[in-house]
Amino acid sequence: MSQGTAGTATGTATTWPRGVTGELLARLRDEEDRPALGGYLPVGFPTPARSVEALKTMVDHGVDMIELGVPYTDPVLDGPVVQAAAQGALDAGTRLSDVFEVLAELTAYAPQVPVVVMTYWNPVLRYGVDRFARDLAAAGGAGLITPDLVPDEGADWLAASDAHAGGPGPGSTADGAPGLDRVFLVAPSSTPERLRLTAGASRGFVYATSVMGVTGARATVGDRAEQLVADTRAAGAEMVCVGLGVSTAAQAREVGRYADGVIVGSALVRTLLGESMPGHAVPGPPHEVDDDEWAARLGRLGALTAELAEGVRTARAGSGADTPVGDAS
Amino acid sequence: MIREGDPVPDQPVRDALTETLAHQVAERLADVQGPYFGAFGGRFVPEALIAALDELETEYRKALGDPAFTDELARLHREYTGRPSPLTEVPRFAAHCGGDGAGARVFLKREDLNHTGSHKINNVLGQALLVRRMGKHRVIAETGAGQHGVATATAAALLGLECVVYMGEEDTRRQALNVARMRLLGAEVVPVKIGSRTLKDAINEALRDWVANVDTTHYVLGTVTGPHPFPEMVREFHRIIGDEAREQLLERTGRLPDVVAACVGGGSNALGLFNAFLDDDGVALYGFEAGGEGIETGRHAARFSGGAPGVLHGARSYLLQDDDGQTLPSHSVSAGLDYPSVGPAHSWLHDLGRATYEPVTDDEAMEAFRLLCETEGIIPAIESAHALAGALRVGRRLSEEGRTGPDGGPLSIVVNLSGRGDKDVATAARWFGLLDEGVAAQELERQEGRG
Repeated sequence: MSQGTAGTATGTATTWPRGVTGELLARLRDEEDRPALGGYLPVGFPTPARSVEALKTMVDHGVDMIELGVPYTDPVLDGPVVQAAAQGALDAGTRLSDVFEVLAELTAYAPQVPVVVMTYWNPVLRYGVDRFARDLAAAGGAGLITPDLVPDEGADWLAASDAHAGGPGPGSTADGAPGLDRVFLVAPSSTPERLRLTAGASRGFVYATSVMGVTGARATVGDRAEQLVADTRAAGAEMVCVGLGVSTAAQAREVGRYADGVIVGSALVRTLLGESMPGHAVPGPPHEVDDDEWAARLGRLGALTAELAEGVRTARAGSGADTPVGDAS
Repeated sequence: MIREGDPVPDQPVRDALTETLAHQVAERLADVQGPYFGAFGGRFVPEALIAALDELETEYRKALGDPAFTDELARLHREYTGRPSPLTEVPRFAAHCGGDGAGARVFLKREDLNHTGSHKINNVLGQALLVRRMGKHRVIAETGAGQHGVATATAAALLGLECVVYMGEEDTRRQALNVARMRLLGAEVVPVKIGSRTLKDAINEALRDWVANVDTTHYVLGTVTGPHPFPEMVREFHRIIGDEAREQLLERTGRLPDVVAACVGGGSNALGLFNAFLDDDGVALYGFEAGGEGIETGRHAARFSGGAPGVLHGARSYLLQDDDGQTLPSHSVSAGLDYPSVGPAHSWLHDLGRATYEPVTDDEAMEAFRLLCETEGIIPAIESAHALAGALRVGRRLSEEGRTGPDGGPLSIVVNLSGRGDKDVATAARWFGLLDEGVAAQELERQEGRG
């Protein structure tokens, strides 16, 4: 991992706590002039073992970082696709302990790909905030994205994330200097004051939700996204990634012009759902798909990941179009 | 008081001092403001909603100090809802909770006689007037039994607001007539077909709608839970229940009650009644949760008996959850109490020891339901029947302990009759086998959409 130029890239770089994911974003920006591609999948869908296969498929097809979802019974910021997958994971018996096991397997497979766990707050609260942070760090996690925890309520997490070092990624250190990444969300409705508060509490990157709404594919990425990224940077955040509503390579390319990272969730999850989508006739429990069908779904997941990876590599004029991407075709 | 030069006290002593000082400056319990009630409450929601919650809090505080708002609300209470609601003494019912001693006088606070048939209208009118002040034109709401949905649809019709009500598919079946009622009032009713398909999932869906439409839409949350300022604001809009009851009882009996009882789902009717007595140490407060088929069966909604503190729907409170923090399904014969969490102020009162919370089973509630019908000619909501059953239990217990009112007179018990039972007649008919075989039973099944 080359970190030589990271600290001098911009005027604000020295004050921003980059953590594990921020170092990756800085390296891609400075060395390849491109944004990162983040891919989201929930642990345990359709089963814990198969979710590992799916996550590895994303790695093999060019994601730069992974958002690992914790399935939860009441996901208020998720649309029908992620809800269906989370429910499927719970129905398949997925437990919180599976998150740490999948995480450890994933970071062993691809130590160069930081993994941030995306979780609603109650599972962490129940597990114990410091205990969760400790086990997350031990399994190689980079940090947490917390869709229903705002910094105002996060004193325990701020303390716990300082007490444990994230890794294994470009920003981790043995003595725990950077701490775990804590990725809070901002929205088009966030006031300048709240953008400052959130930027100040975050480490790694700030997650800008491109539209007002829940996760899910949309025809267009909100026109407020670019302004929100600019405003969040002006509020003090060096790294800002955009999520919610990005589903195609063209959208990834568009968002990648101005964001440090592009996060795709529902579109990737959808490739794994097959016909067990809300509104479709469900042929059987989603975790009971046969091997051929599962292989076909992984194939679709890999193809979409490669397209999106191509998208982020051609986002900026004159950049990286010649950078080869896995086996994208 | 610690002076310079005094030895520095150790940590526990300092904590105790801090607590004492905090207590001295604190308002009365009845006036505590959010976002926190002790260790409970807060705002555990997506950032996208924070601006709207801030706007709501600002507007709500301004409105409470604005006579244009408070006068209009008072007028609606009087001329539209029919407040003050009566306080009815029920001696034939009370005869069943006295034991051999001096017995008890039982008074019902008749929120069932409000327009729309429950206490829910108090809160809804307050929020609907706020919506108008905020310049929004669309309201959304969740509903379990349908009481809050009906009240919201009513207020929306009254003020010309667009209204969408989310209701678990399971509840639309249990309360089919309330679905029709809401549609008659011009509301769109959306059956929620995910998760457990009950109140909890209706709230999830309403929150998702709100995140997407917060510019134009207000979420009329129906109980004292959710993110700040809802728990405090909804309590304020319901405190009229307790304020009226306190005055009515003082006028009637010349003294404060010994026991105040209410059912607790989210907890709005209970908090509205309790609030007027929180700072009267001699008044025992009892909240009755849905014990369902019994705590030991796991099929219940008794958060204080079978739950632990956690976060759901924006607030930290007692919660039915498993070891992984996943929300557990609740169960109750009454849809309105069928909710896995509870308002944070109740968790605070529970931990303070200021209020006592006990489960009442489906069986106990239905027996009290029938008893009130037969002894007093009042059909209560099954939710309120939990409070009636609990009041019977407490009255008998105190009588057995030899407790009486002052001068050896009867105990005085106030029960919140939070809603009327018309919506529950079909459930009661099945429970007690009240229908003749054949045509009537078939008609009931057909009306409920099962045929």
